[in-house]
Amino acid sequence: MNFFAPIGRAFLTLLAQIGGLTMFTLSAVSSCFRPPVYWLHIVRQIMRIGYFSLPVVGLTAFFTGGVLALQIYIGGNRYGAEAIVPQIVVLGITRELGPVIAGLMVAGRVAAAIAAEIGTMRVTEQIDALTTLATNPIKYLVVPRLVAAVVSMPILVAIADSIGVFGGYVVSTQSLGFSGGIYLKNTVDFVTNQDVTSGLIKAAVFGFIIALMGCYNGFHSKGGAQGVGAATTNAVVSASILILAANYLLTSILFSK
Amino acid sequence: MSKPAGIPKIELRGVKKRFGSKVVLDGIDLKLESGSSLVVIGGSGTGKSVTIKCVLGILRPDSGQIFVDGKDVTRIRGREREAMLRKFGMLFQGAALFDSLSVWENVAFGLIQGRGMARKKARDIAIQKLAKVGLGPEVASLSPAELSGGMQKRVGLARAIAADPEIIFFDEPTTGLDPIMADVINELIVNTVRDVGATTLSITHDMVSARKIADRIAMLYKGKIIWHGPTKEIDASGNPFVDQFIHGRAEGPIKMEVKA
Repeated sequence: MNFFAPIGRAFLTLLAQIGGLTMFTLSAVSSCFRPPVYWLHIVRQIMRIGYFSLPVVGLTAFFTGGVLALQIYIGGNRYGAEAIVPQIVVLGITRELGPVIAGLMVAGRVAAAIAAEIGTMRVTEQIDALTTLATNPIKYLVVPRLVAAVVSMPILVAIADSIGVFGGYVVSTQSLGFSGGIYLKNTVDFVTNQDVTSGLIKAAVFGFIIALMGCYNGFHSKGGAQGVGAATTNAVVSASILILAANYLLTSILFSK
Repeated sequence: MSKPAGIPKIELRGVKKRFGSKVVLDGIDLKLESGSSLVVIGGSGTGKSVTIKCVLGILRPDSGQIFVDGKDVTRIRGREREAMLRKFGMLFQGAALFDSLSVWENVAFGLIQGRGMARKKARDIAIQKLAKVGLGPEVASLSPAELSGGMQKRVGLARAIAADPEIIFFDEPTTGLDPIMADVINELIVNTVRDVGATTLSITHDMVSARKIADRIAMLYKGKIIWHGPTKEIDASGNPFVDQFIHGRAEGPIKMEVKA
């Protein structure tokens, strides 16, 4: 057995994967701009991806805001700087934690659901059936999910931002002894438009990643139940990693000034 | 074929397809005359499904050409392919009904999505087609999951004929059904095809079904057509591979490859 063969094989597989994903992305994005557009499906997916993710995203945002307030208080206390809590909470939530936490939660919920649904359609030949009924499966299945995720993630994150700040507010006023009015005034005076919009732009990118990973892995699932299971796992793992990597890139390139 | 051969409805010339190092189709040549019914028989894993998927463009052959109505469709894409696919109907092995849609929406899918027909009109046609396969209007608004396997196959058949296609493909139409339901499906295929006047290509390993629905039979073995002829001649084919297959014997020239 040639020593280099396994290395070469792994490398070629990686290249093929990257190539396949690139082609899939290009055809999905270009399909977004060509008719027919399935409006009803887009609305339905916005309900599924956005609306039904609200409870999960809201709860995590609330606790994240709360714990952030606690930690900043503990850290700030060492320098006698506890008063900075509202400013750091709102900055951390809007710029970073709102989009990332919402992105990861939605990745777990939605990328998995998309991959499982499309994967099952693949292994039961429903996707082939679409083709034989003269319906492009990319336009029918992928485009509505992509559009819905890109549209609904910023809205979700805007809500998550508010709830996160509220979580910090509750903890600060109830257990850290802040006055409610001053807390809110400090929050509003400190936060800038750019803090919020940078988070919302990130959210749209994360939405794209989530839907793309769900669709791509579902579309390329093989075999039966096991293949769909693997596709679901891959969708969540790859979406989560890509979200964190994209988050770093976006922050360092676009929003670091 | 008694009538003069015009342009064949479908023709495959030297179609080859492999996955990795595994050669699945090794130069398939097939002709389907308009209005005829060809059944391709062969064991599991001999490339029957791949042949159909190549014609439909779900898979792309590595080499060779496929003609539909004399037009080379091997490399066409996009709108041109969608237009070509409007001539086809297909019944999938597992029926492949869309489980998010009701029965009538499944049947009407090609009419509504593929041809832009109004829902009301498409629903009426769907109910007519369901009646053709022996299903009453009461099943129209059920979900496919509520149906038995045989009923799902019938709905799949109704969906395949909904748009009055010129060509219908049947992928293992009787697999997984009890013998009586299998015969019902065979009858339905023969009758509906006669009504619609379609050209059909079926793949099966069920010889009872093959004899019932075929004008001609072709046998696929190791990626090649090893025998091709009218149905009534299959018992006198003189081909040991065909004999072994149609009599279902374990002993013979075909050795089952246990490993894929």
